[in-house]
Amino acid sequence: MAEEVLRVEHLNKFYGDWQVLYDINFKINRGEVVTLLGPSGSGKSTLLRTLNGLEDFQDGSIYFHNKKVEPTHQQWLALRQKIGMVFQSYDLFPNLTVMENILLAPVKVQHRAEETVKKEANELLERVGLADQANSYPRQLSGGQKQRIAIVRALAMHPELMLFDEVTASLDPEMVRGVLNIIKELADRDHMTMIIVTHEMNFAAQIADRVLFLENGKILEETLGKQFFDHPQTKRAAEFLGSMDY
Amino acid sequence: MDWSVISQSLPNFVAGFKLTLWLSFVGIGGAIIVGIISSLLQYFRVPVISRIITAYVELARNTPLLIQLFFLYYAFPVIGWKMSADTAGIIGLIFLGGAYMSEGFLGGFNGVSKSQIESGKALGMNKLQLARYVVFRQGLALSMPALAANVIFLIKETSIFSVIAIPELTNTALDLIGMYYRSNEYLFVLVVAYAIILIPLIIFFDWLERRVRYGTFGD
Amino acid sequence: MAHSGINVLFEGTNFARLMGGLWTSVWIAALSLVIGLVLGTLLGLLRTRQNRFVRLLLLLYLEFFRIVPTVVLLFLVYYILPRQFHVNLPATWMAVLAFSLWVSAEFSDIVRGALESVPVHQRETGLALGMNEWQLFRYVLLPQAFRLELPATINLATRVVKTTSLLMMISIMDVINVGQQIIEANNQTYPTGVFWVYGLIFFLYFIVDYPLSRLSKRLTNNH
Repeated sequence: MAEEVLRVEHLNKFYGDWQVLYDINFKINRGEVVTLLGPSGSGKSTLLRTLNGLEDFQDGSIYFHNKKVEPTHQQWLALRQKIGMVFQSYDLFPNLTVMENILLAPVKVQHRAEETVKKEANELLERVGLADQANSYPRQLSGGQKQRIAIVRALAMHPELMLFDEVTASLDPEMVRGVLNIIKELADRDHMTMIIVTHEMNFAAQIADRVLFLENGKILEETLGKQFFDHPQTKRAAEFLGSMDY
Repeated sequence: MDWSVISQSLPNFVAGFKLTLWLSFVGIGGAIIVGIISSLLQYFRVPVISRIITAYVELARNTPLLIQLFFLYYAFPVIGWKMSADTAGIIGLIFLGGAYMSEGFLGGFNGVSKSQIESGKALGMNKLQLARYVVFRQGLALSMPALAANVIFLIKETSIFSVIAIPELTNTALDLIGMYYRSNEYLFVLVVAYAIILIPLIIFFDWLERRVRYGTFGD
Repeated sequence: MAHSGINVLFEGTNFARLMGGLWTSVWIAALSLVIGLVLGTLLGLLRTRQNRFVRLLLLLYLEFFRIVPTVVLLFLVYYILPRQFHVNLPATWMAVLAFSLWVSAEFSDIVRGALESVPVHQRETGLALGMNEWQLFRYVLLPQAFRLELPATINLATRVVKTTSLLMMISIMDVINVGQQIIEANNQTYPTGVFWVYGLIFFLYFIVDYPLSRLSKRLTNNH
């Protein structure tokens, strides 16, 4: 019996009068990789950001390990330590070195011993091939390197769930592969539970256990990964895949 | 708060109000002229003169107006340069304000982009034409925020004229307080008087800045 | 040269008195700055909050200090505190109060501007890492804002130093007031003393403010 990590039930979100998410229902089990696909403006990123409280929602519920998330400030603060997130624009802290970027939250927020975190950080940096950049500043790194550091920074928190929000969208094509390989490895080797928003269809096809296809704020279909790319159930999804030309 | 005290004092305040406006107007006008000339001389790095101007700007900006006024009004007569308080006040304001304005305009001129200047050169403009049609006009627009800040700053600085007994607004209030011992009323009128001068100006400059930014240059 | 005006500076205890006056100006400026910067940081932080009422209130606070000349502020405190609230403080502390409030207003705007220019994404990243508001402010926003606001802060400091010249107006024995006394006392013996005394004070202000404004300009150009 698979262990459930996150479940969303009947979630609706509005900006004022404008509804951006309609009756969202899905769940994700430990070790699963779910990708959110859909055209721009379909609500993928908004949904992702709702899952760690960066966006609020008006009704419905989110369950983390079967416990209902009360959308209070305190609950989100605690949850965000267990839910890592990586953004499109990497957003390393420009005034801190790579190592300081990684250490900041584990040491200051989680109050873990600096030495242990540092050891872990070095291992993670080794893994993403950036061990020699620990003392560099973000401005000295390429986009791809920054994004790898941002992933390490999130992993150093020991998250149970990782959210990736179009993490390769602002990278040069030749940088994309390195970042995607790291995420792939997280899935294959660490069995990390992940929700991924991406426009890289080949990547999604390789990594997704399940695909949620969104349009206009609604989940139009939820399909197993392989099946979605071979035989999408809805016409809209088929058109979408056709238009992506991957 | 006694309104009759206020109404009786109004003629005095009106006189002080007019004087503050007049001194500000002349002083700031002079400061703008001094500032434009100084900043242009600095911009073109006219030998020797631009160094003297730099020294003047630094001296004036890094010392208090009050001391500058004391020099003009109390120290200069000792070497035979006697002047009225009003003259000392205006000269002091021009001395101080000229330096601030110069700094502001120079910042604007330096802010004109290299590509603009190169475009001008490519069109065959000589140095003077470049200055007149490209640097000066765009630079002035760019220095608008600094100009606005300086005007407001200098008007407020006229309150320091009270130390050389010029009967402008602040001095009027202080005199009245000294005579009738009613501080609340007179200070209230004083603050309101400055608000009457400055609030419309602040709003006007806000509007002007937006216009210069979006109107003239499209974006 | 027996009666050269410059000697007035060294007659009796004159020089020591001037330095004593200078010290008064210096500590008032320093203390007002420290209090004003701390209070201003707080107010600036509040001005970036969502609460409209708080923001409006703080904006009015700032605008009040923008409109009222510092001389008038000094007199407001000087007259209203004792007469209206029966608070009797030494004039020096009233000056510290007036200057601190003024500095806090100006600084709150500098802090707000700097905080707002830290990109929104930086904030979200901090949140996604589980930081609370205080941690976000302390570790993400403040360090980045600090660099942005440093030149303007130094500039503000030079203005506070210059503004101490107004202390004499509420009868504080600052360097200018002492200077005036010396000039008056020695008017007969040293008619040109006025030049030297004001010259010295002019120079003293200059050597404090000039390096500061140079530093501020250099930091601005580096950005």
